[in-house]
Amino acid sequence: MMLTQRLSKRFEEVHSRREAALIGYIMVGEPEFSRTLEYIGALESGGVDIVELGVPFTDPIADDPILQAAHGRALRQGVNVHTVFQLVRELRKNSELPVLLMTYYNPICRLGEESFARRCSEAGVDGVIIPDLPIEEAASWVNQARKYGLARIFFVTPETDNERVKRICEYASGFVYLVSRYGTTGPSETLAPTVLPLLERVKPLLPEDLKVAVGFGLTTRAHIEAVVRAGADGVIVASALAARITEGASPEALADYVRELKAGTRRTV
Amino acid sequence: MAAKIPAKPSTPRLSELPVDGHFGEFGGQFVPEILIPALKELERVYKEISVRFDFQSELKALRADYGGRPTPLYFAKRLTEYANGARIFLKREDLVHGGAHALNNALGQALLARAMGKRRVIAETGSGQHGVAVAMACAVLGLHAEIYMGARDIERQKANVQRIQLLGATVHPVTSGSQTLKDAINEALRDWATNVPTTYYLIGSAVGPHPYPMIVRDFQRVIGDELKGQLLRREQRLPDLVVACVGGGSNAIGTFYPFVNDEKVQFLGVESSGAAALCHGSIGVLHGAKTFVLQDEHGSIGETHSIAAGLDYPAVGPEHALYKKLGRAEYITVSDQEALEGFRLLARCEGILPSLEAAHAIYAGVQRAQRMKRDQIVVITLSGRGEKDLETVVQHDAHAALE
Repeated sequence: MMLTQRLSKRFEEVHSRREAALIGYIMVGEPEFSRTLEYIGALESGGVDIVELGVPFTDPIADDPILQAAHGRALRQGVNVHTVFQLVRELRKNSELPVLLMTYYNPICRLGEESFARRCSEAGVDGVIIPDLPIEEAASWVNQARKYGLARIFFVTPETDNERVKRICEYASGFVYLVSRYGTTGPSETLAPTVLPLLERVKPLLPEDLKVAVGFGLTTRAHIEAVVRAGADGVIVASALAARITEGASPEALADYVRELKAGTRRTV
Repeated sequence: MAAKIPAKPSTPRLSELPVDGHFGEFGGQFVPEILIPALKELERVYKEISVRFDFQSELKALRADYGGRPTPLYFAKRLTEYANGARIFLKREDLVHGGAHALNNALGQALLARAMGKRRVIAETGSGQHGVAVAMACAVLGLHAEIYMGARDIERQKANVQRIQLLGATVHPVTSGSQTLKDAINEALRDWATNVPTTYYLIGSAVGPHPYPMIVRDFQRVIGDELKGQLLRREQRLPDLVVACVGGGSNAIGTFYPFVNDEKVQFLGVESSGAAALCHGSIGVLHGAKTFVLQDEHGSIGETHSIAAGLDYPAVGPEHALYKKLGRAEYITVSDQEALEGFRLLARCEGILPSLEAAHAIYAGVQRAQRMKRDQIVVITLSGRGEKDLETVVQHDAHAALE
């Protein structure tokens, strides 16, 4: 089965508009489960090109305290993989926004990789990001994701040497998630000094059909402009959005912030 | 004609595991990409350095002169009379410097950290014993130690927190999640991901991503190796049963592993009934390894409740997961109440205060010995001493008196 058209088409569209894709994150269950769809709508209306939905987990080891708190709130509301699928099905009734799931591996392991991939595909999910599944453990997942046409998004970090980047490319599809710095997710005042050299090093190693999106710490329009100028095909904003939702931002206020971020993705001549 | 090279057997013996970082279907490296190069480097350095004569001789000397090894294998005469069955021996890991088996591993890994040029060492601790051991090992080797500890564990293991601080290490309270060992490991992993170029993560149990379960086992196997030699010299035979408590499972794997090819030696692992990943869990992934995990139907990790902070953990080392699946070891649970009974029994019969963790093994070992023949031998690993738990035991007695 081909990779879902929604994701590759979206990258083509933004590319033809001389933009990078803005990938916005929201934990399912934020600010409360009954309002998550409304907030996804706000992200989309503000200019998010692809949405990344967080699946809550008790032990999110790659997440900063803002997102950890969101995991906890979602779990307390009873959000789980099934409610996430239900929400995506609901979204799909009137939206073609590409959807990625960000989930730790244990919920996938619990349901079974095949079953998880099938349900993703049935619900209308376009790809899956698994922060604790490196390529060493990913062979069977990659087969299932391939079978169900899901993008297989793997990470590349400042610690990943060139040879390993090439191996990761063999497992990946859609895009690689370039981790801007050491540590967990989390908003940042300044752009990490590691990110631009990393992007410069990794970009030439990627096959033509594999995009690169930068995440971890991107908080301002200026951060986004800098990585887009350096050649990023996409930018991922998670904690900075989550922080605003946590602070009680209305959908309108959130959309305004997204608009500001989206402006940073436009390539100037 | 050249002799044919026999084909390598398709299934390796248990003693040859892990293969490719896995114990059968268990183990592996389920961690963020940022940590993978560090794990590969650790494995490479460990394989190269740990077999070197200078490393082994320095470790051996530290264990002997600093740590107090070998620890005695003690024939518990009055406990045996009480049980009125098999003869009971205790492997006295409570007599290791610091008061528990934890130093065996901490010294080994601290030497590795120093060899890798990493002067900042981080660790998690539940009962505080591993934290104490890491603080000691880092002090004696001139390294800087920072210890993550759940706020709930800090509350109930205050004496160990003070010891860690007096030994020059920093304690970082962890207030996320259940505020116990599991959350301390989460926080240590986050720190490691942030500081991986400068920092060595010194895991305390046979858990986590490969190569940690292997490294911890190799540094803890001194328990089983010693007791095997001691019993052979004294009784000219192997034990019928070896017993150890299992939280993450480091003292148990250290006790069992040297006997894994001795098929007649039975293994009994004792979990806390409120934190029994092997007895009540299902296959999942936590802290980098596929293993048995306490979890709900959607894969959320369960909260645990044990009177012994060192057993209060919802997963278990992957090698135990395989031993369970293959039936090589038997795993049972002991309740808080029964552990307290084991505590009192050992105190009154033998004049030894066991840690509440080890008290689980004492209780189960005595129960089992009662049903065995007089010419049989049970060895229980007494993994730690009980001074750290006095407050918990006394409070418990006070509550019981009120009711």
